[in-house]
Amino acid sequence: MSDTLRFEIVSPERLLKDAQAAMVVVPGADGDFTALPQHAPMMSTIRPGVIEIYESEDAGPEKFFLKGGLAQISPEGLTILAEEVLQLDGINVDALNSDINEAVVAVEKASDDVERLAAEKELAWMTALSEVLN
Amino acid sequence: MPSLKDLKVRISSVKSTQKITKAMKMVAASKLRRAQEAAESARPYAERMEKVLAGLGAAVKDQPGASPLLAGSGQHEVELVVVATSERGLCGGFNTNIVKAAKAHIRELIDAGKTVKILCIGKKGFAQLRQEYKHLIIDTKDMSGVKNLAFADVQPIATEVLTMFERAEFDVATLFYAKFQSALVQVNTKQQLIPVPLREAANDDDADELAGAIYEYEPSEEAILEDLLPRNVAVQLYRGLLENAASEQGARMTAMDSATRNAGDMIDSLSITYNRTRQANITKELIEIISGAEAL
Repeated sequence: MSDTLRFEIVSPERLLKDAQAAMVVVPGADGDFTALPQHAPMMSTIRPGVIEIYESEDAGPEKFFLKGGLAQISPEGLTILAEEVLQLDGINVDALNSDINEAVVAVEKASDDVERLAAEKELAWMTALSEVLN
Repeated sequence: MPSLKDLKVRISSVKSTQKITKAMKMVAASKLRRAQEAAESARPYAERMEKVLAGLGAAVKDQPGASPLLAGSGQHEVELVVVATSERGLCGGFNTNIVKAAKAHIRELIDAGKTVKILCIGKKGFAQLRQEYKHLIIDTKDMSGVKNLAFADVQPIATEVLTMFERAEFDVATLFYAKFQSALVQVNTKQQLIPVPLREAANDDDADELAGAIYEYEPSEEAILEDLLPRNVAVQLYRGLLENAASEQGARMTAMDSATRNAGDMIDSLSITYNRTRQANITKELIEIISGAEAL
């Protein structure tokens, strides 16, 4: 039995990461879950949140922010189809805060349900990100 | 008979044209490499997405209440034709070919009594479609500000298309673009965006493999599909535009290469004419001198 798990993070633009890890903590839509080697096959949507990658059991995690996506655990490993991946340390907090304010206005101004849903979705990932940063 | 000076002017003008086309060819070649890389690195995502969808979709498709993005709106009355072309000209038959394919499709739809709406991505396609179908064009997306196409550039367009679908403004969406095969060959492609076409799962190893493992779905198959389908539309659109960008550069490179060669041929033939004329002039002058001397 192997004690590492193969995982890939794929964004629409390219394959971001293809490596081995001891465990990966994924922000699933129904709560965080930890993918370990030999995990049973499953598929889950991802809510905006932080993915933590532990390369070995005692090493600190490598973190990325995911805007959403889909995680698929198959016998071969973990595949994350990410909508967008952000590096946590490269984020401008002020710009984010003003974006959040804009998004709040957009939600209020939305003229129908379709627009409101889109604006709320935008707002959701921004607030999730600012919670992570604070 | 053009004078020597005229010829000289023409030769130098053709020469400078040749320099321009040569430079454009070189620029297109380096842009092509970049566009091709972008198209290739976008492939893994689209492939994995397709795999997941094929497995999921096959299970859900026949159930009542399946997402309209998958099952369609139940009719085929209004079709949205998305025509992706380039922002710049001088790329041979690239835009014309795409527009020609789109026009043939539009005509077919109109003959069948259906309503057509056109969305242009890239203003070259708009310029060609405007003459015939101006009243059908609902919008034109200007991509001239975009240098390297990113997913974020495409997403707003996809969102707009999806919003229109949700408001029942059309039933079927088709995308026209040129698939990149090589710098010499671009294949005009017609792709259905909505409803999402599923790959045939029966003769597909990937789907078999997916069906073999028993997956646990969180939250549920339907919820995952609900999330995945709109994203798939955006990804397909993005992929189409990336292919299109690579094709455009390929077409431009080929067009500019042949333009450079044509200019070279023209310079050669003009130089021959120039030299002949020059010699004829010298001969004429000699004859005049000699016959003048003889007359004395």
